[in-house]
Amino acid sequence: MTGSEKLEEDDVPPETTTEDLLRLGDIASGSEQPPAAQPEAPVVFDVRDLSVFYGSFRAVRNVDFEIHQHQVTAFIGPSGCGKTTVLRSFNRMHDLTEGARVEGTLNYHGIDLYGADVNAVEVRRRIGMVFQKPNPFPKSIYDNVAYGPKLAGAKRSELDDIVQRSLEQAALWDEVKDRLKKSALGLSGGQQQRLCIARTVAVEPEVILMDEPCSALDPIATGRIEDLMDEIKAQYTIIIVTHNMQQAARVSDRCAFFTTEVNEQSDTRTGILVEFDATEKMFSNPSDERTENYVTGRFG
Amino acid sequence: MSAVSPQGLAERPAPSEIGSDLGGRGRGGRTDQAFRLLALLAGLSILAILALIAFSTIQKGWPAFSKLGTDYFFGTQWKPRSGQFGILPLVYGTFVVAAIAVVFAIPVSLGIAMFMTEVVPRRFRFGAITIVDLLAAVPSVVFGLWGIRILAPKLDHIFGNGFFRFLGDIPIVGNLFGDSSGRGFMTAGIVVALMITPIITSVTREVFATVPRNDKEGALALGATRWEMIRGVVLPHSSGGITGAVMLGLGRALGETIAVALLIGANPQISANLLGTGETIPAQIARQLSEANGLFRSALIGLGFVLFIITIAVNVTARRLVVVMDRRLKGA
Repeated sequence: MTGSEKLEEDDVPPETTTEDLLRLGDIASGSEQPPAAQPEAPVVFDVRDLSVFYGSFRAVRNVDFEIHQHQVTAFIGPSGCGKTTVLRSFNRMHDLTEGARVEGTLNYHGIDLYGADVNAVEVRRRIGMVFQKPNPFPKSIYDNVAYGPKLAGAKRSELDDIVQRSLEQAALWDEVKDRLKKSALGLSGGQQQRLCIARTVAVEPEVILMDEPCSALDPIATGRIEDLMDEIKAQYTIIIVTHNMQQAARVSDRCAFFTTEVNEQSDTRTGILVEFDATEKMFSNPSDERTENYVTGRFG
Repeated sequence: MSAVSPQGLAERPAPSEIGSDLGGRGRGGRTDQAFRLLALLAGLSILAILALIAFSTIQKGWPAFSKLGTDYFFGTQWKPRSGQFGILPLVYGTFVVAAIAVVFAIPVSLGIAMFMTEVVPRRFRFGAITIVDLLAAVPSVVFGLWGIRILAPKLDHIFGNGFFRFLGDIPIVGNLFGDSSGRGFMTAGIVVALMITPIITSVTREVFATVPRNDKEGALALGATRWEMIRGVVLPHSSGGITGAVMLGLGRALGETIAVALLIGANPQISANLLGTGETIPAQIARQLSEANGLFRSALIGLGFVLFIITIAVNVTARRLVVVMDRRLKGA
């Protein structure tokens, strides 16, 4: 992590409004930059000293890193290390869990996501999420994809195009174009997960959070999803939580390794960020011994 | 898991012995058999009780059925003093009161259930549930007395004025809102609505609680507000269960006796005026059975059989509806 410019960003007062967030969304979706995987890609999330609590229990502490635009960032680490907990703080999913609380700074394009004026619904429109278990709605394939755009106020006449474009982006169109009106629950697990991706891209988010999206899928379906991520990362910023280190190595540009720290007094475990770097470096020449032990399979 | 100790390995039987004791009835056989028998008896007792109810009501009601025939089942005049026992006015009143009750109870119950599953913070949830359940513990006759002493005079005042006066002047629809004395279908229906709200609420609440968190988060992650999530995910998911809950409430409303007997006005008639007086099957039975004899008594017991058939039909329809709606939801 580099030092001086970040410090300046920290000094920006967090007095932001929903309008700021709206404006930023426009800027973000309007920027058609080439998918530069260089370290200089613009910062989307700036995370400083982030901790997540469930009641008085601190699940994750002191996370620091930046997420860059049009890159795939992978969170890896053993079970219970807080990867998913951190991921869910990016689209304010913790709002739904009673007693969950986020401390520290989580800036999205310089705006504090947990600021008093920020509307969680607007946040989730820009920062989509794909879940561990495919969760299509018990509706038709068409209605699943059209659900988000309809909420966002898309006109009926636009829906057909949006549905087709989204399903094409998710590499599912050819398989389902003849049965759009059939129930989504009749699809295979891999198809359902791609439908969930189509449903997410249909609302044109800037960021897509993926919480172990392939853990319920077979290797062929997993391969499809990974190819898909590679294709769409030119348009989206992707953060993926995965248990599968090969997957992290294959799909990600940057990688964050989390582990757990046992608190002997209370016998609880808190997740900590060990290392965050370019994926290549993390897997070939990590600077922390714990990362090396994990990626080489000696631990976890 | 700790590693298997060497001793543990040594204690295993030789391969040739494994499986030698799998045959026979063993230890589990007899207790399972006894349990099965007990469960079977319990199940059969329900059928036996139903059959006995049907048998005795048919038997005691038979004189009315055979002597009056279609005049009984399709007659539109229930005037015991002049020997007219046409049950349709009572069937009509029973359904009208139940329908009014369900119409009022559905939105209130769904609202309370949504409030309790999606809005109330966890620590207040138990208290809220207890309060609604307390409503179910209030005796029927107390509801009836409250209806007579407090609600009916107020409704009489309201029905006779303003909005309802205005409704009464509209052609066709106006027939539904005629003269009122404060007692009648509407008053009874409103009180019964209060009485069936707890059961509809608690079943609906349990149905809402079974909606997978995964599905709800899916909607929210797409930028749905809480209400959009409820409308798009929770309600469709629960449609079968809500139907079941409403039918359960309808069943109760059809059979409600004392409160209705106090509030309905005891005037068997088929009238479109929802604010006017009427009579229901259970209310009529409760009112008259102790003083009736001969054909009148037989006609009243026959009414019991008719009500029995109506509630069974409602329940069967409810079950089928739930199955159909679930199937449509899953898209099979």
